[in-house]
Amino acid sequence: MRRAELPVAYTQGFNPRPRISFGLALATGQESTAEYLDVDLRVSPGEIFGFAADMPGRLSAALPDGMVVTDACPLRPGAASLQEAVTSCTWEFALANSDADFAADWAERVRSADSLPLQRERKGRTTTSDVRTAVGDLHILDASCGSVLVAELGTKPRAVRPAEFLRLIAPPLAAGRVRRLHQWIMRDGERYEPLAPEAGALAPSGDAPVAASVDAAPAAQPEVCAR
Amino acid sequence: MRSLWLDLEPLLDKVQRPARYIGGEEGARPAAHGVGKVAWLLCYPDSYEIGLPNQGLQILREILNERPDAVAERAYAPWGDLEALMRLRGLPLFSVDTHLGAGEFDILAFNLSSELVYTNVLNLIDLAGVAVRAAERSDGDLLIGAGGHCAFNPEPLADFVDFFVLGDGEEVVGEITETVADRRGAGRRATLEALACLDGVYVPAAFEVSYRGMSAEVTPRWPGTPARVEKRTIASLGDWPYPKQQLVPLTEVVHDRLNVEVFRGCTRGCRFCQAGMITRPVRERPAEQVRTMIEAGLRRTGYDEVSLTSLSTADFSGIEDLVADVVGPADDGAGSAGCPAVTVSLPSLRVDAFTVSLAAELQRARRTGLTFAPEAGSWRLRRVINKLISVEDLEAAVESAYSQGWRRVKLYFLVGLPTETDEDVLGIAALARRCVEVGRRHVRGASVTVSVGGFVPKPQTPFQWFGQNTTEELHRKIRLLADDLRADRSVRLRWHDPEATLVEGLASRGDRRLGAVIEDVWRSGGTFQEWSEHFDYQLWLDAMQRHDLSVEDYAYRHRRGSEALPWDHLSAGLHKDFLWQDWQDALAGSGIEDCRWTPCYDCGACTGYGIEHVVASPLPPAGGSQGTGQNLAPPGPVPVRLQRSGPLAGVS
Repeated sequence: MRRAELPVAYTQGFNPRPRISFGLALATGQESTAEYLDVDLRVSPGEIFGFAADMPGRLSAALPDGMVVTDACPLRPGAASLQEAVTSCTWEFALANSDADFAADWAERVRSADSLPLQRERKGRTTTSDVRTAVGDLHILDASCGSVLVAELGTKPRAVRPAEFLRLIAPPLAAGRVRRLHQWIMRDGERYEPLAPEAGALAPSGDAPVAASVDAAPAAQPEVCAR
Repeated sequence: MRSLWLDLEPLLDKVQRPARYIGGEEGARPAAHGVGKVAWLLCYPDSYEIGLPNQGLQILREILNERPDAVAERAYAPWGDLEALMRLRGLPLFSVDTHLGAGEFDILAFNLSSELVYTNVLNLIDLAGVAVRAAERSDGDLLIGAGGHCAFNPEPLADFVDFFVLGDGEEVVGEITETVADRRGAGRRATLEALACLDGVYVPAAFEVSYRGMSAEVTPRWPGTPARVEKRTIASLGDWPYPKQQLVPLTEVVHDRLNVEVFRGCTRGCRFCQAGMITRPVRERPAEQVRTMIEAGLRRTGYDEVSLTSLSTADFSGIEDLVADVVGPADDGAGSAGCPAVTVSLPSLRVDAFTVSLAAELQRARRTGLTFAPEAGSWRLRRVINKLISVEDLEAAVESAYSQGWRRVKLYFLVGLPTETDEDVLGIAALARRCVEVGRRHVRGASVTVSVGGFVPKPQTPFQWFGQNTTEELHRKIRLLADDLRADRSVRLRWHDPEATLVEGLASRGDRRLGAVIEDVWRSGGTFQEWSEHFDYQLWLDAMQRHDLSVEDYAYRHRRGSEALPWDHLSAGLHKDFLWQDWQDALAGSGIEDCRWTPCYDCGACTGYGIEHVVASPLPPAGGSQGTGQNLAPPGPVPVRLQRSGPLAGVS
C-alpha cells in the first residue's frame, strides 16, 4: 500500500496499524483467483471512486510477480466484513491422470454419502462432526492440463479445509495443485461474490450511503472503505 | 541452462517456510546470463532469514549486475528439511533468483561473518556438487571464493576455499571478474595464479605453510605472489551509493527495514573490536547522498523504518540535522497521507544523554529497544579495553532514557577480558543496579537487562596475543554474576553459551590444521552451529582430539610477542608493532584517542595505503563521551598542586 502510495487509514494509539482487514486465510502452497481484502482509505467520499478505479493498476505494479489485483470497488458503510459474510468457497483440485477412475469413483461416493464424518484435532482434543451439509456441488472436469475436481465447501460454522475434504472418504484422494476459484456470500437463497452490489459494493451512482458515513464521522478526513 | 524450479516446486509444500526459496523479492530483478559473462553465485552460509538482509552481498550483487561482463545471483543455506529432500533427489544448491543449479555458475562466493558458519560453508560447497577440498577440484569446477570479516584469518578454511578477498569488495569483484574471463579455458591453476596477483586477493594454494609447534612459517610458492596480502579499501564511500535497490523480502527476516550505510570504519579504538580495527579509516558518506538514499529507498521499498548503519552512527558528522530531516517536523507524529512518521534506528548508540535524546526524537512513531554497551564493569577495565565510558556518561544516558519514556534498557558486557578480576565482573552487577536506581526516579518498575558474552580474541587486534578464558572460567564468572543478581528482580541476566564462545575462539585464531576438525564436524552432521539448538560442543571436542590438536594451544594459551601468527601474511594495514604497543598500553591501563579528530598515531591503515579519513566535521560530536577530551594517560602518580602560605612558608 505504501509503495502504491495509497492513503491508507491507520488505527489510533501508540502503535498505529494500517486499517486493512483480510478475509479467509489461504493456506501456504495453495493458489487462488478469488482473494479479497477491505481497506480503509483517508479520502473524501467524492474521491473514493477514482481511487477504487486506480487501485488494481497501482497495487499490481507494486506487487511481486504472481500476484495481481484485478478489481476494486467502494464499500457501503456498515457492510459485513469478509470474515462474517463469506459462506462458501469453490475449490479446484488438480488430479493425476492415472487416478482418473479412482477420482470419479471417489467423487461419486462423496456425492451419494448420507453423512460425511470428519475427525479434527483441536487443542489436543479430537472431535468428529458431520460436514455433509457443508460439502456442496462437486464434479470432475477435463481441463487442458489434465482433470480437475471442482467442489464447493462451506465455511460456516467452521470451514471445511481442502486438505480435510480430500480425506473425507478413505482412501483419501491425492491432489496436486489446489486453487480457490470463488468465495461466495449466500443471501436470501442467492449466491453473490464479494464485489457484487448485494454484498455491499457501491456502484458509482450510489453515493448516498457514502454521504451518510460523512455525517457519522465529521472529521476533516473521513475514512471510506474499498474492497 | 535449465532452471530447477519444476523440480523444486513440488518439494515446497513439504518444508517449513517455503517463501525462503522462491525469490521474487522487490528489487531482485534477475540479470540475464550470457555467453562470456562471468556468473557469480553469492551465498550467505546461513538461513534465508539471516542472510537476505546482508548488505555486503546486496552491494556486490548490484555492482556485478551493472557490469556488462558479469551476472550475479543469490543463494542461502537451505534449511535441513529441504536439504534432505534435495539430497534424496540429487538436486544441487540453487540460486533463489532464477533457480539455476550452482554448477551453472563460474564462482560460488561466501560471506563469512562468523566462525560458526564454517561447517555450513563446507556443506554448501558439497551441495553445490564440487569436491570439498580445493586440491581435489578440476578445471571445469566452480571457483570457491569468500570474503567478510573472518577473511582476515581464513586459515581454518584454507583447504576448502580457492580464494579469499580481504577488505572492501566493491572494486576487487570487478578485477576478479576480468581475471576469470581472461583465463577462461586456461585451466584452474592459471586462473588462481592470476587471482593471487590481484591486490586484496589471497589464494591459500599459493602459499606453503610449515609448522614448528604452534608457530607457522608461510612462504609464497607461485611466481608473482606477494609475500604479504594487503586488504582492499575504497577511498570514498560516496563513490559507491549501494545498494540502490535494497531487497524487500516476501517473508519475515531479521533487520527487516531500509538500511543506509552512513560511514564505514571506526577509530574509537576499542581494543577487543575486530570490526573497528580492520575497517579503518573512517569514510563518511556525504550527508546529501545519505538523504537521497533514504528518500528514494523509503519510497521504493515502502518501508516505514530506516536504520542508519555504521559501527557507531552517533559519530556521523551532523547527525542531528540529518535525522531532523528524515523524521520531519514534530507535529502530531503523523506524516503525509495519514501514515505514521518514519522510524529511524541508530545501531551502536554511543553511551551519553545526547544520543538518547536523539533516539527519543527519532522514535516518535515507535519505540524500539535501547541498548548500551559499556562492555566492562569497571572504569579500570574499560581503560584496558579502551572503551572509555565513565559511570557519569552511563548514568546520564540511562537517566535520559527513563525520563523519556523507556521502561527497560539493555546493557551489553563482555566477560573474559584481559586483566579481568572478580571485582570487575561484580562491577557489572553494581552498574546494572545503579541504572535501576536511576530509572526508579522516573518509572516505577524500571528494569535492566544485562546481556553477557564471552570474549573471543580476534586476529588483527591488540588482543590477538591474549589467551581466551576457559569455558570453566567463563561459567564461574557468569555464576558469580548470577548469584550476585539473584535477589534482584529488576535486573534480568542473559548470557551466551561459553562452549560456543570456545569454538568461535578455536576457529578465530586457528591455522590450517584446524581445517580437518571443521571437515570432521561437518561430516558428523554438525551444520547450523550458530543456532543454539543445533550447536554440538562434543562434536568439536571429539574432532580436536581425533586430529591431535589441543584446545589449550589454540584458544587458552597467551601468545608470545616473538611468535609467528598464522595470519601474519595477511594485512589489514595495521603495523604489527602498533598492535603490540597497543596491547602493552592495554595491560598498563592506558587509553588512546580517536585519531579522526586528533593527530595520527600511525597505526598503518591510512599511511600504508595512501588514504585518509573522510569526515565532514573537524570536531568530535556533541556529548563528549567515550574518550574524546578525556585524560587518557596511564593511571600513575596523581599531580597535586600545593599552596604554601602564612606560617607554613617557613617549612621546608
